[in-house]
Amino acid sequence: MTVVSLQKVDKTFGKGGVTALQGIDLEIGEREFVSLIGPSGCGKSTLLRIVGDLIQPTSGDVVVNGKSARQAREDRDYGIVFQDAVLFDWRTVAKNIALPLEMLGWDRNRRSERVREMLRLVELDGFESHHPWQLSGGMQQRVSIARALSFSPPLLLMDEPFGALDEMTRERLNLELLRIWEALGSTIVFVTHSIAEAVFLSTRVVVMSPRPGRITDVVEIDLPQPRSAETREHPRFFELVADVRHKLRGSDELLGEAELIVAEEGL
Amino acid sequence: MASVAVERPSRFAVAGRPLLQRVGLMLAVAVGLWAFWEAFKWVGEETGLKLGQFTVNDRTLPHVHDIVGQLFEPSRRNGPLLIEVLWDAALFTAKEAAVGFLLGASIGFLIAVVLVHSRLLQRGFLPYIVASQTVPILAIAPMVVIWLGGRGLPDWLSVSVISAYLTFFPVTINTLRGLDSADPRALELMRSYAASRLRILWKVRIPASLPFVFTALKVSATASVVGAIIGELPASIQSGLGGAILNFNQYYASSPPSLWATNLIAALLGITFFLIILLAEKLVVRRAPEHVA
Repeated sequence: MTVVSLQKVDKTFGKGGVTALQGIDLEIGEREFVSLIGPSGCGKSTLLRIVGDLIQPTSGDVVVNGKSARQAREDRDYGIVFQDAVLFDWRTVAKNIALPLEMLGWDRNRRSERVREMLRLVELDGFESHHPWQLSGGMQQRVSIARALSFSPPLLLMDEPFGALDEMTRERLNLELLRIWEALGSTIVFVTHSIAEAVFLSTRVVVMSPRPGRITDVVEIDLPQPRSAETREHPRFFELVADVRHKLRGSDELLGEAELIVAEEGL
Repeated sequence: MASVAVERPSRFAVAGRPLLQRVGLMLAVAVGLWAFWEAFKWVGEETGLKLGQFTVNDRTLPHVHDIVGQLFEPSRRNGPLLIEVLWDAALFTAKEAAVGFLLGASIGFLIAVVLVHSRLLQRGFLPYIVASQTVPILAIAPMVVIWLGGRGLPDWLSVSVISAYLTFFPVTINTLRGLDSADPRALELMRSYAASRLRILWKVRIPASLPFVFTALKVSATASVVGAIIGELPASIQSGLGGAILNFNQYYASSPPSLWATNLIAALLGITFFLIILLAEKLVVRRAPEHVA
């Protein structure tokens, strides 16, 4: 079954202004892990927000979970994770995770039971009454993931969720995310500009290029599942990383030096 | 798993200084100011210092100990001690100011909540809200007294309204900023939950605004006391500090320390209001201590 379907999606900001996205066609199936990768300004975050109905496309069709993006948002069909954890300082960890459950009108018992499950899932048991500022960046991002998953949405949208973390924390959280993805069977759309991260995590990598933002390539990642720390040393992993890098470079002949560096800094 | 490295510091510690140390510092400054006052007075009197018409003597600048001592003298022959009179007056003014503060702060907050939801209203009304504060309070006060007088309302209520007029403005301006200070991604997050405006207001905007609101409340708390004291004058209310100031002003020639002592009590009342808000802030606002963030 198709979870996300985009057809001829265009996005222009301002009247006759910048074309952020042009002619985007993309189908994402159930239980897929799709990464959107590209240099800054290629519109990958914009695309993610269009799927989440946080921005409206200028033209084109967006179908999420078999309905309009707006209906899907109103039905709480997806959870979202940003680059920063965006936790509320005035709420404890448990209450941050319970925020969407409050919106859904769950009663207190059901909420606290689910919060306990989620804390176990992201391995933060015992931290429920801490405040966000008492946690490290990686722990904060785990809380944010727990919050996004707390109401079991079929779709998880992630906008460079590990971009602000150090390399070691990032690798550990990559593994945790895969574990969660396997355990919950959700579909994930993941924005990143790290090639290695995209290849390691995904079933498919969508390569985008800027001005105007468009999809230039789609790379199937045929690395064996489940993935582990050893996957990163697999010869096929290096081949795929090289392949994605080639396609990123080839995706836009006009790409400036600076942007190449941005595109490559992931590895 | 990495454990938490940061302990939450005591709620009553600011910038890492314990309460006791801060009180000590405050007392040291008070002693310093007192020493400066007396030294200035002594030098002024010895050298016959003249600043324009101003000369230093017991009439223009009484001894600090005379001012404090005056509090424990009878306010008039065979009457109660001055401090008892001023205590009653301070309580009366405190009532006016507290009602004015609550009224002004609530109205100020509500105005901000309405304006934050409409750029159009904000553009239209904000200039007039600013203009309202350029009108001298002494020009407004007599009108308020006339409007509210003779309607079976207690006299002091018009003083509260005057005080509210000074209170609401900082609250509106700061609350507006605070409600707008919510993280745009937090608003996106709420949108992803299909949250209503009311929910967003309640769960994100208001909590995010609290540090701004309390900054305003601290300013307003002292302003409400000033407003009440000034409001008593056109309202011809004798029982408060405003009345006392007017009264001791008339007798300044015979007893300068009485007016100074009254000012001292008025200042203490303002400080008390400020401290109450400070305490409320410590209890309500839960924020990352700055040095941890």
